[in-house]
Amino acid sequence: MSDFTFLYRGRDTNTSPEQMQKTMEKWRAWFKQLGENGHLKDPGHPLENAGKVVKGKQKSVTDGPFAEAKDVVGGFTLIQARDLEQAVELSKNCPILGVGGSVEVRPIQVINL
Amino acid sequence: MELTDHLFRHEAGRMVAVLTRLFGVHNLALAEDVVQDAFCRALEVWSFRGVPENPAAWLMAAAKNRALDVLRRERTARTHEPELNRFLQSEWTLAPVVEEMFGDNAIKDDQLRMMFSCCHPRLPEDAQVMLMLNILCGFGIDEVAAAFVTTYTAVEKRIPRAKKVLAESKRLFDTEAPEDFSDRLSAVQRALYLLFNEGYHGASAEFAVRAELCDEAIRLTKLLLEHPLGATPSSYALSALMCLNKARLPARVDASGRLNSLFDQDRSLWDQRLIGEGLQLLERSAEGSELTEYHVEAGIAAVHATAPSMQATNWHEIVSLYDTLMTIRPTPIVALNRAIAVGQRDGAECGLRELRAIPDSERLAKYPFYHAALGEFELQNGQAENATGHFEIALKLARNQMERKFFGNRISSCSPTARAQ
Repeated sequence: MSDFTFLYRGRDTNTSPEQMQKTMEKWRAWFKQLGENGHLKDPGHPLENAGKVVKGKQKSVTDGPFAEAKDVVGGFTLIQARDLEQAVELSKNCPILGVGGSVEVRPIQVINL
Repeated sequence: MELTDHLFRHEAGRMVAVLTRLFGVHNLALAEDVVQDAFCRALEVWSFRGVPENPAAWLMAAAKNRALDVLRRERTARTHEPELNRFLQSEWTLAPVVEEMFGDNAIKDDQLRMMFSCCHPRLPEDAQVMLMLNILCGFGIDEVAAAFVTTYTAVEKRIPRAKKVLAESKRLFDTEAPEDFSDRLSAVQRALYLLFNEGYHGASAEFAVRAELCDEAIRLTKLLLEHPLGATPSSYALSALMCLNKARLPARVDASGRLNSLFDQDRSLWDQRLIGEGLQLLERSAEGSELTEYHVEAGIAAVHATAPSMQATNWHEIVSLYDTLMTIRPTPIVALNRAIAVGQRDGAECGLRELRAIPDSERLAKYPFYHAALGEFELQNGQAENATGHFEIALKLARNQMERKFFGNRISSCSPTARAQ
């Protein structure tokens, strides 16, 4: 088994309370299923939209990340899967895809000495 | 931790009500933004980390904290409800005042204030109902559109326009003033009645959301009963009427989405607990001398709800209640229902005579159930051919798939083979 991160982008804020509750139930069902199948290493966290960006040798601090809302990483999860292909398959059930968002699947680097 | 159904929707109404009281009705949009923000947070945090022990309290706390941020940041930039302004100006009083306003009883009062404010006399009745549904019941624009079987664009135009009227009214309705309260009360009852009927008559498999309107109407009417000035005999009657009708809804439209007339409803599907509650409310509505249309309609619903069968229904009682209703609200539909009851009491022949004698029956010419009633009595009278003709007119006038199916079935039951069975 290898470790992967799912990075979520795009959030759907312009819906009714009922829709949001339904979306949340979908996320919970998805996490539950990942957990039951032994793929969930850590559900991770949602991230605030805005923070600070610290840059360069000057260590300049700016408000950020100031990307388009749909491009900002909104949260992450740690996943265990056989290989990248399986991790990608798992991501296809993520509810964020139903509201126009995306999942970036990135293998976590390991150095085997 | 599992969430109760519609938790977000119900909390949305409570949160907007208290926040609007805090920020002032002219800042309704700000209140709605704060609520939206709290839901976004809940959606994200609960999805990833699980639902907290008391989700409703979590949401309310999120709204409260965000409200405090807004008030601190914009203390000088905005004006709030005049009587609150001076408390909100100082940090010494800000937190305790806000804390108190987020108490359960205070929020109930705020919901009532909002309910009365939504029934502003400058708004047409259906706009009042839409506004209640949007603000107090947390229905989104598309959900209101589905509930009213209208287009998204129609609702998208009407609700902001109605909100503008509300915002321009400057102050929320003052529920502490007894005189204003009773003046506005009948408009509020009327809007709740319309909300309920919109759901009751429109409930179908196709529009499942509409049955929820009945629940919302019942919920809001209960809020009225919890207020000393709102708990009038007519409010009890309205609440009784809703419970007694809602109790029979599962049999009216069955699981396969079929509309059943009272003749062949499976009475075992009626919700006996709700009928019991309705009867108790009806009893309380009898205190005092006031007799409203809600009393009479609840009385009719009670006779039906307690009858063991169509045949064993007390039609004498029902006819006399319709006679009373005709003196309070003489509409063609009431006259139609009265004629049907007379037919049940005295036989098909009399029913037909009554139907044809309805004063302005041309106003019923486009109403499919008028023709269906003629068909029903002709059929009982052994005139299958006449009956078929009436049901065919009803079928042409049917307004939705469910009605079409219903009248179609009535036509086939007029055929000789069906009648031989």
